[in-house]
Amino acid sequence: MTLCEVTEVAGGVGDFRVTVMERPRYVDVDKCIACGECATICPKKVDDEYNAGTGKRKAVYVKYAQAVPLKYQIDEQACIRMKKPGRCGACAKACPAGAIRFDDTEKMHEIEVGSIILAPGFEGFDPSGTGVYGYGDYPNVITSMQLERYLSASGPTEGQLVRPSDGKPVRRMAFLQCIGSRDENVCGKSYCSSVCCMYAIKEAVIAGEHVPELQTSIFYMDMRTHGKGFDEYYQRAKNEAGIRFVRCRVNGVEPEGKRGDLRLHYVNEEGRQVEEFFDLVVLSIGLETPRHVLELAEKTDIRLTPHNFAAVSDFAPVSTSQAGIFACGAFAGPKDIPQSVMEGSAAAAAAADILSPARHEMTMEKTFPPERDILGEALRIGVFVCHCGSNIAGYVDVEEVADYAATLPGVVHVERNLFTCSQDTQELMVKVIQKQNLNRIVVAACTPRTHEPLFHETIKAAGLNEYLFEMANIRNQNSWVHAGDKKVATRKAQDLTRMAVAKVAWQNPLQNFAVPITHNALVIGGGLAGMAAARNLARQGFPVDLVERSGVLGGNAIHLHNTWSGEHIPHHLYGLISDVSNSKMITIHSETEVVEAQGYVGKFKTTIKGRNGVKQIIEHGVTIVATGGGRLMPDEYGYRKYRGVVSAIEFDKLWEINDKQVRASNAFVFIQCVGSREPERNYCSKVCCTHSVQSAIELKKEDPGRRVYILYRDMRTYGQRETLYKKAREMGVVCINYELHGKPKVDRSDNGFEVEVWDHVLHRPLLISADMIVLAAAIIPGSGAKKLARMYKLPMDKYGFFQEAHTKLRPVDFATDGIFLAGMAHYPKPVEESIAQALAASARAATLLSRDQVLLDAIKAEVDPDCCDGCALCIDVCPYHAISLVEETDDAGVLHKLVTINKAHCKGCGLCQGTCPKRGIAVAGFTFKQLESQLDAALAM
Amino acid sequence: MLNSKTVGSAMVVGGGIAGMQAALDIADAGYFVYLIEYTGAIGGAMAQLDKTFPTNDCSM
Repeated sequence: MTLCEVTEVAGGVGDFRVTVMERPRYVDVDKCIACGECATICPKKVDDEYNAGTGKRKAVYVKYAQAVPLKYQIDEQACIRMKKPGRCGACAKACPAGAIRFDDTEKMHEIEVGSIILAPGFEGFDPSGTGVYGYGDYPNVITSMQLERYLSASGPTEGQLVRPSDGKPVRRMAFLQCIGSRDENVCGKSYCSSVCCMYAIKEAVIAGEHVPELQTSIFYMDMRTHGKGFDEYYQRAKNEAGIRFVRCRVNGVEPEGKRGDLRLHYVNEEGRQVEEFFDLVVLSIGLETPRHVLELAEKTDIRLTPHNFAAVSDFAPVSTSQAGIFACGAFAGPKDIPQSVMEGSAAAAAAADILSPARHEMTMEKTFPPERDILGEALRIGVFVCHCGSNIAGYVDVEEVADYAATLPGVVHVERNLFTCSQDTQELMVKVIQKQNLNRIVVAACTPRTHEPLFHETIKAAGLNEYLFEMANIRNQNSWVHAGDKKVATRKAQDLTRMAVAKVAWQNPLQNFAVPITHNALVIGGGLAGMAAARNLARQGFPVDLVERSGVLGGNAIHLHNTWSGEHIPHHLYGLISDVSNSKMITIHSETEVVEAQGYVGKFKTTIKGRNGVKQIIEHGVTIVATGGGRLMPDEYGYRKYRGVVSAIEFDKLWEINDKQVRASNAFVFIQCVGSREPERNYCSKVCCTHSVQSAIELKKEDPGRRVYILYRDMRTYGQRETLYKKAREMGVVCINYELHGKPKVDRSDNGFEVEVWDHVLHRPLLISADMIVLAAAIIPGSGAKKLARMYKLPMDKYGFFQEAHTKLRPVDFATDGIFLAGMAHYPKPVEESIAQALAASARAATLLSRDQVLLDAIKAEVDPDCCDGCALCIDVCPYHAISLVEETDDAGVLHKLVTINKAHCKGCGLCQGTCPKRGIAVAGFTFKQLESQLDAALAM
Repeated sequence: MLNSKTVGSAMVVGGGIAGMQAALDIADAGYFVYLIEYTGAIGGAMAQLDKTFPTNDCSM
């Protein structure tokens, strides 16, 4: 439901009544075919929000070319007709579908739901009016979102990086970090927006790819690249892409001359005042909660933090102050894409916890007509050529392609569609297939990656087997790359269509493969993440086996006191332990390890072994890996050599028991990044900056007379944690930055230690006398992770953390179906992120456990026993471990070797087919006959 | 349960990456979802991004 906002919420958890107001679109969505005629003729141009104001759009517009739903809308603020009835109205006359509705009105909807999830997102900080950086005054000062649009092929300059003032190519570009973040004076925002360091680096790297001679400088305070793989990317940007990083706050931006150049002045790390000149200055704007979202928070009556983000608990990171209402994404604090995706799933899990009594009550399965038997039928191929608006038709003579397709063997029906993927075309396709008795379908349009599933549904609805289908990608692989030469593009479109027709002619009906689901889960690891996942699954009604290697539940959290926001960890931890221990749905196997794993999604068989040697086999439908992380034992700064040099966790313990040495100490030095961000461990442990800052605050609170120093490389108190850093400095904690090449030196002195570090303010070495040294030791992968990875055949990164299926979009899934990942087994992270990921893993697992079977597609490798001689070459190349060798002795006593495929593991990638020297293995839908036919067609001119 | 009646549906307010993920996961677990979007199309801020770290995949 688009153009909608919540206006009222009544009722409560399990049974909310929500009033939703739908603003008028002024375009009938059932009629609009998104042809764009209205926008072509519309005379009114306004700034385009999608392009962050860098380009123009018409008063009637689609938000962006790939928008869902792909329907036009009229901007009533801009439309001439809306302002003065009787005038203009050109779009209504131009619309071939009669979809324009100037008399459209607001509609109200009353909706009953069991739970509400708020994911309203953020908006970029608007730097206009801050004065200091010249945004709005000088055209060559732009925001990072505007740069994003300039770099995009769909942006205003189609990816050309030019100065907005004069269109001159950009050669010198500067990023200014923390605009609208970490700055109360100018912007009124004290929190860190968490994502800007990383997106600035990404934009700088991509801009460099667009313009190889580009020189980019990033002016920053702390480089906060704390996520998985971020530090490596930062290093590559510095060392390979040649991006210059300058640690300073730029004083101001001024114009230089009249041609649009910009002058920056700042104080460099040597303390000198410097001036530099740039073509383009990019303001890395922070994230903030939009006004309409604040209103939403008011209507739903949920509590916000002082920074206007949804207030959540670290132990219930998606639960708002109202029962049954959840929050996720940037609304619950500034965060990046993977964390938002995790929280989206986590909110689903939290909502399902409430909704589970009513599961399947309001949903129904889609039904399809019985499949037509095409055996013995002559070929009747239908070809649908898509214009994709002007995306294809603008660069390819689609009429010529369609005429040509009609001449191809077996083709009995050809038609052109403005958008073959649109809802109305789908309905027409079903009718045509039935009426013309078509038995093979080719769609010449875009990529099967995004659109094949849709067309499968359509031809299924027409009673055909869904696999009797082929796509010719005449957009991404043709019109987009040969835009300059219509003749060539048209010929290539014909070639691609001919190949698709030749291939589909040999396509046989294929059947999907169903795997029944065992309705229980195995969770490996009894730390915070494992327990949170187990508890949520149990509450959703699924039995769980929880395996813990040690004798106690709790994992690393046992050693922690407070979360960053000050919540008491032991209290929540024991609540969680008692919930898990008392749940009838959870079986705890403590002092137990996984020793063998077999099976696949829906049907795993895992052998566990207790310390007493007793083995047990567990059958389960899904697996959640939550094996946690470990602590590095430092080998520097005199650790283990001197009493008084301790790790952060040890220090917490000593302080808790009111240890003599802590009490007697007056000067404390915290050293950050001990073992993290080093060549052998080039990642950030994410939690240590915040932890040390918290400890420093506590020490100061207890006795303000204490001297407390934090020696850090980049202070990574990201997000709303920034308030802690600010507080620590206000309390007199001295924070001194050091670089990897100038690490602090710790020496024993007469009555304690002497720490030497380079002072960037005084520009000379600084000697600090200290009584205790606290080392922020790195978090390392758990010790049993490697063994487990081997058993379940799971990938790991080079440091030994488990590797998720997709860094951004599938942060809790493994590439292997049915196995999910949570907590520090994935990457070092704080309590609330571990719990969010655990809930996310639970939600992902529940999407399988709530079904009776899972349908896998039919594109799987098949063995031809007549050709396979069991040479086993295919076994080594299979990335999914789906192939195994079997030996059989026949009646005559002859030994036969043969490979067999586990279809639940096979993804149909075809590596085996390419490797097999005997043609003994082929992927269904890509048989040798089909590929040869397609190749012949490619070569036939 | 607090209520005697539980409605087997959820409302997701916001059609960006977090909201869409939440909506998909709830729907796949067997509940009806109403996805409410403030603007004219779903996709959120990610649809505005050109490419994303680390693979430089197109954000679409």
